[in-house]
Amino acid sequence: MTGPVDAALTAAFHQEWGQIVATLIGFTGDWDLAEECAQDAFALALERWPRDGVPDRPGAWLTTTARNRAIDRLRRDAVGAAKLREMAATSRGAAPDTEDAEVSGVSDDRLRLIFTCCHPALALEARVALTLRTLAGLNTSEIARAFLVPEPTMAQRLVRAKRKIRNAGIPYRVPPAHLLEERTNGVLGVLYLLFNEGYAATSGADLVRQALTAEALRLARLLVRLLPHDGEVAGLLALMLLHDARRAARLDDAGDLVTLEEQDRTLWDTGEIAEGVELLKTALRRGRPGPYQLQAAIVACHATAADAADTDWEQVAELYERLVELLPSPVVRLNRAIAIAMTRGPAAGLELVDELQASGALTGYHLLPATRADLLRRLDCTDEAVAAYRQALDLATTDSERRFLSRRLAELGAR
Amino acid sequence: MKYMLVICDDESDPQGPREITSRPDHVAWIDYMQSSGVELLGGERLRPSGDATSVRARDGEVLISDGPYVEAKEQIGGFALIECADLDQAIEVAARHPFAAHGVIEIRPVWAG
Repeated sequence: MTGPVDAALTAAFHQEWGQIVATLIGFTGDWDLAEECAQDAFALALERWPRDGVPDRPGAWLTTTARNRAIDRLRRDAVGAAKLREMAATSRGAAPDTEDAEVSGVSDDRLRLIFTCCHPALALEARVALTLRTLAGLNTSEIARAFLVPEPTMAQRLVRAKRKIRNAGIPYRVPPAHLLEERTNGVLGVLYLLFNEGYAATSGADLVRQALTAEALRLARLLVRLLPHDGEVAGLLALMLLHDARRAARLDDAGDLVTLEEQDRTLWDTGEIAEGVELLKTALRRGRPGPYQLQAAIVACHATAADAADTDWEQVAELYERLVELLPSPVVRLNRAIAIAMTRGPAAGLELVDELQASGALTGYHLLPATRADLLRRLDCTDEAVAAYRQALDLATTDSERRFLSRRLAELGAR
Repeated sequence: MKYMLVICDDESDPQGPREITSRPDHVAWIDYMQSSGVELLGGERLRPSGDATSVRARDGEVLISDGPYVEAKEQIGGFALIECADLDQAIEVAARHPFAAHGVIEIRPVWAG
């Protein structure tokens, strides 16, 4: 195959797969048929485009091909033929968007697909898998590898999810206005989980796993285009971009985590930072800062500081105060304690960390003793710091975290 | 679509059908269904699980036991059969049932065709 055709096909796959599947589900109501026909369309493109050239509108070519394929397939069996007649009679798929558009003010087949994939009546892991399969076009084996489960398990998960959508009557639509905010939050949760799965994958991990960040970014960009007036959607994309910008600096050559403080800031992606900050500014101007916008604002404080000492910790601490009101999770409270340690000193931070420890909410989470250890070290309480580092070491889950904590222990003269 | 709402709680509500259906929260639930085009096809309040009898037939033998088929904190206290547009609408109906506030409502699609 020639280079340009190859590139056109890859681009079309990333840009059009979700749209084609979404349109075909709207057209046929059959998720499996929609996926198979989308696949057939790409297979045909692989055969035809090198010979006939890339069509002027690849997306339209692929959608039409997939749709014709669906009609062919449905004609072949009696049930399908009856369904086609019914579709013709009700002109389903011809103008399906009008009702949704009236209710929510938004309409796009892909948007209906996103909301259906992320419906709260599906298990979270099923939502994630369906989103990757139907919107991002990953195949079952890729999704299985990304989530470190056997392929038959993932295949079964997808089959069950699609069966539930059909049998339980989960509607294929953009939720009505009164459900929109809540359901959008659900979608954002799925996308952020995807991003974090990829972001947490170390350099030694499967490339498919690392590529989850790119898929999450692509889907978040799509969602920003489809829901341009939602500040939290923009906030999530900004948050992802600002995290992703630091990717190259996060791990050293040995694959160990490098703390924010010690990262080589020249490795940060200034383009992604600028884009994230710009998105965030626009979102914040709407005056409805939700948890994603606040988290993005915190990350932006770090991402725009020339060096660790230059970080506006007052601003970070203030943002955490607001975040903890909206999202009073123990992890957020732990991070707030760290910010307060930077503004009011390690003793003030330690007080909050000890409160958290007493509450028992983070028992077993290695970053709690690790944070305590760090604050105690800064207070010159070496013995207590050593004890806390040892606790953290027992709880750490990855080799790179263990190496980091051991290094800190060694610096304190303990082993 | 038809759905069965299986209404469960910890059996702490001692009231029978007559008292329950005349309570304002229950009346509001019925009104909600009427105003949103959901059809209530049927429903009953059930006696507590202490009055249940479980029956199994194995190898030609009928095994009878006192009590519900599964011992759990929450037991079925009633059911409602509704006809509505889709799962989202069934969820809205279930969420407004008075028992949803302290118990749990399981939504089961009726197996049609």
